[in-house]
Amino acid sequence: MRITQGTFSFLPELSDADIKAQLGYALGQGWAIGVEYTDDPHPRNFYWEMWGNPMFDLRDAAGAMTEVTACRKAHPQAYIRVNAFDATRGFETTRLSFIVNRPANEPGFHLKRTETGGRQIQYTIEPYATQAPEGQRYP
Amino acid sequence: MNQVTVPPPREGGAPAGSGTVAADRAPGGPLADRAPGGEPPADRVDLNALLADSHVMDVLDELEAELIGLRPVKSRIRDIAALLLVQRARSQVGLAGGSPSLHMSFTGNPGTGKTTVALRMAQILHRLGYVRKGHLVAVTRDDLVGQYIGHTAPKTKEILKKAMGGVLFIDEAYYLYRPENERDYGQEAIEILLQVMENQRDDLVVILAGYADRMQTFFRSNPGLSSRIAHHLAFPDYSADELEQIARRMLDSMQYRLTPSGEAALREYIPLRMQQPHFANARSIRNALDRARLRQANRLFEQKGHQLDRDALMTIEGEDLRASRVFA
Repeated sequence: MRITQGTFSFLPELSDADIKAQLGYALGQGWAIGVEYTDDPHPRNFYWEMWGNPMFDLRDAAGAMTEVTACRKAHPQAYIRVNAFDATRGFETTRLSFIVNRPANEPGFHLKRTETGGRQIQYTIEPYATQAPEGQRYP
Repeated sequence: MNQVTVPPPREGGAPAGSGTVAADRAPGGPLADRAPGGEPPADRVDLNALLADSHVMDVLDELEAELIGLRPVKSRIRDIAALLLVQRARSQVGLAGGSPSLHMSFTGNPGTGKTTVALRMAQILHRLGYVRKGHLVAVTRDDLVGQYIGHTAPKTKEILKKAMGGVLFIDEAYYLYRPENERDYGQEAIEILLQVMENQRDDLVVILAGYADRMQTFFRSNPGLSSRIAHHLAFPDYSADELEQIARRMLDSMQYRLTPSGEAALREYIPLRMQQPHFANARSIRNALDRARLRQANRLFEQKGHQLDRDALMTIEGEDLRASRVFA
């Protein structure tokens, strides 16, 4: 199951040139770029690991792209996303976020039904991947 | 006096094509003449149009007008500009060639204008489309080399990332390599630098600068670095005449004026200062002028009671310069 999230979730995978163009756009807007990775694809997992510090004062997309490439090389089997943070007063938030890398095999989610009082059912989703301990999820 | 002859004939001769960078080197002269008549064929390129398009002549003319002396440096910059324009023309007609390596080393004595030219270089390369953003990141050893193990690589990479799309200017580059300490982290920075200079030639241009003799030793001990630098530019020392022009230029920009006695004092001062130890070309001149301003301020204070007019505030007298210790 192909997991999607972020800005271009409805599009097919971005090529490196596409990613570079998006990074260039973000830098042109004055946003700071951060690279993050995780092996827990749950949609409510907001806290991905940071790959280095967010990059302020970059001028050109090539600089940010080197970090994306380095992160991919170190974690080829992880979800990697790029965040562009806008520090303008009033925004002070992520303006752009998209996935740039994913594991080759994505097993998807298990739907868990729990019966509670009065035959009511609570639904929970759980990534199959997270049944294995961290670091061993995407062999 | 020399000032009149400094701008070469290209000022007036530009339309004729004789002074334009590309036209006198490129085989495209006749093509360029034919192009305006009718549709230019796909396999023809108008070098003059390319040249006008890039606005590089503005920067080159500015360079010519604002920087005094530095003949060999200026002519090399023109060569590079011509090469890049022809390269662009080649790519328009579908000729491959790969982008040329443009890493440079600037060697010369203190105060010969290395940093100033580096700043211009970033602009020129940007106009010619060789670097994408055209900013200059000026660093020294401290910005690249860390203090403990594992500190250097992230620091160097950080700077390289910032410089991408522009020019990385490493001042006093020979400090990167300290042979007396074999565990010095400078070597690590050099290795990372080499890798990026080789693999990401399109992303940034590295300029190493420093005093000639120490750069020689530096390159001798790092042959890999030397061979990856295509352009070694030597900045010559200024002559007394050129220094005088530079002094006038500086005074103009600071809105000061010399009296005739001040001019005479300056003309005497420069050769004397050139004999002194630690003479640092234009930088020494700047310092001398700063001290003259100091003395002028003092002199104005001592004649208290007078109303000072605009002229008095602008004027530097001979005595302001003659009080210098080089006349002692």
